[in-house]
Amino acid sequence: MTPAPANRIPSHPTYAPLQPRPGHAALMIADAGGAVALAQLLAQAPDLRATARILLVAADVPPDLPAVTPVPGTEALEAAIAGALQGARMGLQAYLAGSQGLIGQAQALLLAQGMAPGAIQMQQCGGPARRMQCVHCKTIAPDVVIDPYRCPGCGRWLYVRDHFSRRLGAFQGVCIDAETPGLVPEPTEIAP
Amino acid sequence: MMQPLKLVLKQPLSPRVTRFRLEHPEGAPLPVFSGGAHVMVQMQDGPVLRRNAYSLISDPQDRSGYEIAVQREDAGRGGSLWMHRQAQPGMILDVGAPVNLFALDRTARKHLMIAGGIGITPFLAHLHELVRGDAAWDLHLAWRSRADLPDMALPARAHLHLGDEGTRMDVPKVLSGQPLGTHLYVCGSARMIAAVLDTAQGLGWPPETLHAEEFLAPAPGAPFQVHCATSDRHVHVGAQESLLEALEREGIDAPWLCRGGACGQCETRVLACDGTVDHRDHFLAPDERADRIMPCVSRFRGTLLTLDR
Repeated sequence: MTPAPANRIPSHPTYAPLQPRPGHAALMIADAGGAVALAQLLAQAPDLRATARILLVAADVPPDLPAVTPVPGTEALEAAIAGALQGARMGLQAYLAGSQGLIGQAQALLLAQGMAPGAIQMQQCGGPARRMQCVHCKTIAPDVVIDPYRCPGCGRWLYVRDHFSRRLGAFQGVCIDAETPGLVPEPTEIAP
Repeated sequence: MMQPLKLVLKQPLSPRVTRFRLEHPEGAPLPVFSGGAHVMVQMQDGPVLRRNAYSLISDPQDRSGYEIAVQREDAGRGGSLWMHRQAQPGMILDVGAPVNLFALDRTARKHLMIAGGIGITPFLAHLHELVRGDAAWDLHLAWRSRADLPDMALPARAHLHLGDEGTRMDVPKVLSGQPLGTHLYVCGSARMIAAVLDTAQGLGWPPETLHAEEFLAPAPGAPFQVHCATSDRHVHVGAQESLLEALEREGIDAPWLCRGGACGQCETRVLACDGTVDHRDHFLAPDERADRIMPCVSRFRGTLLTLDR
C-alpha cells in the first residue's frame, strides 16, 4: 500500500495496513478480499487470536481465521455489530479490512455505537471502487469505479469528490454539469 | 482583559483550602462560562505583580459571581499565600475573563473524571452541569486524608479514595470497566496525570478520548539574560521570576493566557541561542522546541538567548 498523498482533504479516511494495538479485545470485520489482511495481522500478532472476534461478510470462511461469525451481507452488518458490541468496554480495538464500501459502512456503524475513531483501523483491499452518496437525492451507489458517474436515483452526472462522511460511510457525489447543463466530461476510471 | 471584581467571601474549606467568591462591584451579571474554565487572578504582592490561574468551581450558569478554591502552598512562589493571608472580603481584585482549556467533549457517552487532591477544582464546575444533563459520568477523587478533605458538597455517588483510610484508587481497575464512548479527564499532579494517562494508553484508550490539565507554577531557577530583538532590549530574569514576568516588568509586549505552559498563547520565536533552553511546558512538540520557547514557564542556561520580542 502507498501512503495517502499529503494534499488529501482532511475528511478523506486514512487507510493503512493493520497494526496490532494494545487492548483487552479485538473486533475484526472483513469481506472476502480483506480476510487476507486479517490473517496477516493475526500471523504478525498471534496474541490477538485469543480475544479476536471476526465478522466476515463473505460466502466462504477461510480455515485459518479464529472465532468467525459469518455475516450474509452488508445489510446484516448493523445487527451483527450491535451484537458483537454488547457490553463492550473502552480498550476494544476494531480492525477493518476490505472494500472501501465495507470498511466505510462498518466504521459508520461502530462510530454510531460510540467507538472513538482512534480505536478503529482500516485497510482497503481490492479495487478503488467507492461507496458514493448523491448529495442531491441522497441515493447511495455502492461500487462506483468511474468519475463522473450517473446517479442511480436521480440520473444526474456526479463528480466523485474526495470529501467523505464518516456518519454515512460514503464519499460525496456532486452534480458536475450544474452550471453547464449537458456538458459532462468523459468518465474515467477512479484512481486508487 | 482584566476586570475589577469584588471579593465578597473568604471561607475555609479545610486547613489548607479556602473558597473565594468574586462579584461585580455594582452587582452586574458576569459572563457565563463553561465547566473546566479558569480565571487569572492578579495580585499586587509588595513590589511583585503576581498572576495565578484558578479553575472556577461555581455553577457556570450562575452569573451572580465566580468562585475559586485555593490551596495554600507554603513552599510555592507566594500567590496562594497572598490569597490566604492578604486577600480580604471587600477588596477589589483584577480578574481575567474565563478561559477554558479543559472542557468536556460533548460527543462522549460517558465522562470519567479522575482528580488528585486540589485537581478536583475544574470538576466541581463540570458537576454543576453534569447533574443537570443526561450524560453518564463518574468521579474519582484521591486525597491524602479525610481530615484534609475540603468541604465541597460532592455528589454522594462520587468515589472518594483516602490515603489514610487505605481506599487508594486502583487506576487499572477503574479504567478497565468503562463502557464504549467514555472520555477520560485527569487533573492533579504531573506524576499522577502521567501515571493515569500511561495506564489508559496501555489499555488501548485512543488519544482523542484522553484529556488532562495541569497548571504549572513557573519553577524558579538560575538567573539569566535575554536579548529582545524587536524591542532592542536586554532583560535580566531573576531566580524567582519567570521569563514572561521579566518581560512584563520591562514593559515588553508579550501575549499570555494560561501562564502555565499549557495553552500556547505566549509562544515566542528564538532567533539565536548559545546555550540550552530549559523547556518546561506541555505545549511545544519536540521538533518545535528547536526554535521556540514558552516564556511563562521555560528558562535558559547559557551565554546568549535572542527572542523575537
